[in-house]
Amino acid sequence: MIIKHDVIIVGAGLAGLRAAVEAAEHADVALISKVFPTRSHSGAAQGGIAAALGNEESDSWEWHMYDTVKGGDFLTDQDAAEVLAKDAPRAIYELEHMGVPFNRTENGNIAQRAFGGHTSDFGQTPIKRACHAADRTGRVILDTLYGEALRKGIKVYAEFHLLDLIIEENQALGLVAYELATGDVHVFHSRVILLATGGFGKIFKTTSNCFANTGDGVYLAYRAGIPLEDMEFVQFHPTGLYGLGVLISEAARGEGGILRNSIGDRFMEEYAPALKDLAPRDMISRAITEEIRAGRGIEGRDFVHLDLTRLGKKRLQEKLSDISSFVRIYLGIDPIKEPIPVQPTCHYMMGGIPTNLDGQVLEEKQKIVNGLYVAGECACVSVHGANRLGCNSLLDLVVFGRRAGKKMVQNLQDLSWGQLPDQPEEKTMARIDRLKKMGSGEKAGVLRIEMQNVMMEHCSVFRQEEGLSKVLSVIKSLKDRYEGVAIDNRERRFNTDLLEALELESLLGLAHVILASAIARKESRGAHFREDYPIRDDQNWLKHTLAQRTDNGPRLFYKPVTITKFEPKPRVY
Amino acid sequence: MEMNFKIFRFDPEVEREPHYQTYRVSAHPTDRILDCLNRIKWEQDGTLGYRMSCGHGVCGSDAMKINGRCALACQKLVKEYKGQQVVLEPLPSFKVLKDLIVDLEPFFEKVRLMRPYLLTEEMPPEKERPQSPTDSKKVDLAIRCILCACCMGSCPVVNENEEFFGPAPLVWAFRYIFDSRDDHYLERLRQVDCSDGVWACVNHFECTRSCPKEIPITKSINTIKREIQKELKNER
Repeated sequence: MIIKHDVIIVGAGLAGLRAAVEAAEHADVALISKVFPTRSHSGAAQGGIAAALGNEESDSWEWHMYDTVKGGDFLTDQDAAEVLAKDAPRAIYELEHMGVPFNRTENGNIAQRAFGGHTSDFGQTPIKRACHAADRTGRVILDTLYGEALRKGIKVYAEFHLLDLIIEENQALGLVAYELATGDVHVFHSRVILLATGGFGKIFKTTSNCFANTGDGVYLAYRAGIPLEDMEFVQFHPTGLYGLGVLISEAARGEGGILRNSIGDRFMEEYAPALKDLAPRDMISRAITEEIRAGRGIEGRDFVHLDLTRLGKKRLQEKLSDISSFVRIYLGIDPIKEPIPVQPTCHYMMGGIPTNLDGQVLEEKQKIVNGLYVAGECACVSVHGANRLGCNSLLDLVVFGRRAGKKMVQNLQDLSWGQLPDQPEEKTMARIDRLKKMGSGEKAGVLRIEMQNVMMEHCSVFRQEEGLSKVLSVIKSLKDRYEGVAIDNRERRFNTDLLEALELESLLGLAHVILASAIARKESRGAHFREDYPIRDDQNWLKHTLAQRTDNGPRLFYKPVTITKFEPKPRVY
Repeated sequence: MEMNFKIFRFDPEVEREPHYQTYRVSAHPTDRILDCLNRIKWEQDGTLGYRMSCGHGVCGSDAMKINGRCALACQKLVKEYKGQQVVLEPLPSFKVLKDLIVDLEPFFEKVRLMRPYLLTEEMPPEKERPQSPTDSKKVDLAIRCILCACCMGSCPVVNENEEFFGPAPLVWAFRYIFDSRDDHYLERLRQVDCSDGVWACVNHFECTRSCPKEIPITKSINTIKREIQKELKNER
């Protein structure tokens, strides 16, 4: 049976929900999600959402825009950064009106705190710009937007996995999805599809990402012939819980926490004299890694300390209770009394599916793909450039999710129902059958761990040609071995063994694009740091990478960066 | 160290009766129970069914019964069960769909009945609605709920009376009753003022003990009871 909706949104995190809420009054909207909506990974965002409200100290959207551009090491498209920063206060008020329980100032306004890379007066001193609800900001916004979706009666297909996109003659016609509970493969026919499938941190061994973050939407768009933009820019958050990679929010440093090495030095004073522990994430991750390499990791090991002992019990309980509980549960440490062992953890993908400011997907020749939209981490607007600032992600989701929702509604007037090809699910069924019938072979989990290990070792905070090339050949051989992967579980219902094997194709495909893009970019910019090319090279590399799928691997080409207000200059903090 | 896991297995579409299957896993003391489940699925038996996602107690996917107590598999470490066999069972009071996966739909429906969104009559101001820190603090424990349903599984009343709203839906009721920005305060109080609402709770405190987010659930339900006695006394 074919399921029909005007608009099908894949992913029920903040971007997908915000777009759905926007479009639902004007069209028949359905959400498809791998997990029940409130389980989406937006809910793991802790520290805050940025907006120049000026509730704590004087602020302006121009400063916010400048910080976003400089934080992105000038790869940020400045028209996008302007939209983001200008629209931010409206977006926050709107969330408050919907009921988000933000923390408050004494006079009853939304409270704000300091966050990495957010400054006053174009880079002078840290500024309080992060609106927050303790350290569970993403979760409460997710709950609130899900409440809005309930109020509007939006249809949700939970535990449905996207397995194929149906795009013909530059028009999105529908998609193929797998229902976990039954094992049925469904064809969805639509006039508009919005991909809001999030990131793919599961390519790396140490990550703050959830198990669902396997980049299915991004990979399937790539497989369908959409180029991917700026995939070499992968953010490593400096403070992942040692060994686990669980996020310890930048809010910990925004509230006054500091990083120390084995000799007790506050080492960020050396690396970023003005902003210190509130420098952007890429710089702090490199600083931590350099301290560890110089033998100044704690006990000579591969972590440093995040010291929150100076914050006091009350502040930890009121403002940072979730992270305090993570530290207690997983490391058996009381952050009131002892410093927390931390190390960089893969956190966010700056790259993704190229889009204009209204979420419309752009194909190889920069033409709009009819009826195909994208928003959130899986998109590359590019509003984060080469390195995203903390608190700009939640903002991106609600600002660009709404814009995509608005544009979709407008667009629906011109988009008719396309004709689906005969049996569009055939290829997907064949993929599933092949996996189920494979008698014996390697397990997907074995290949996944190999990929995660090599990507972490050679394609993370520091990179160089030799290591990257080595990993590329490993990934290519893993892709060959993937053809022989077998699964244990041949059942129909709740077969996550099958789905994890299918997800591995996405992860390997995207790892290949990251590597190809990273090998080609012979400079260091933002989160992409090449030890063999340690200097930013605006002459040759002030441009966005695009990777197009071919039978021989990704073909790379480039497009210019949009520069409006701020000419690139050296990035010091 | 080597750990023994005894896991509830049941496919109601194929089998008449559930059974238990044991697995042996080598684990570090600091591994999560979820890590062990993953190792079993990835290395030994791909047919094992359970839900998971964030892996650190935020998404609420992996609630189950671990040695008799409802908890998140990603929040319990192996070292807590040193020297014991770990018995994993689905959340009680729910219909089992497959192994450790239960049908949460009736639970979500009860939460939906609480109308978990702000109800206001007036147009909001241009900027934020003011709210004092004291008012905002009234709900700051309730907003921790992640809908994992550990409280539902551990509540003896839920187990006997399927009409009982249950602890988590009442936490959601609390979250909006005491949000100073919501205009439907009395209506929300009336909704839970019934024998299957707050009055079904008889203070077993099992929900409070099992809540992975440390929400004082029983206390919150009692706060609603007192508010009903105070505000609805003329109607009662």
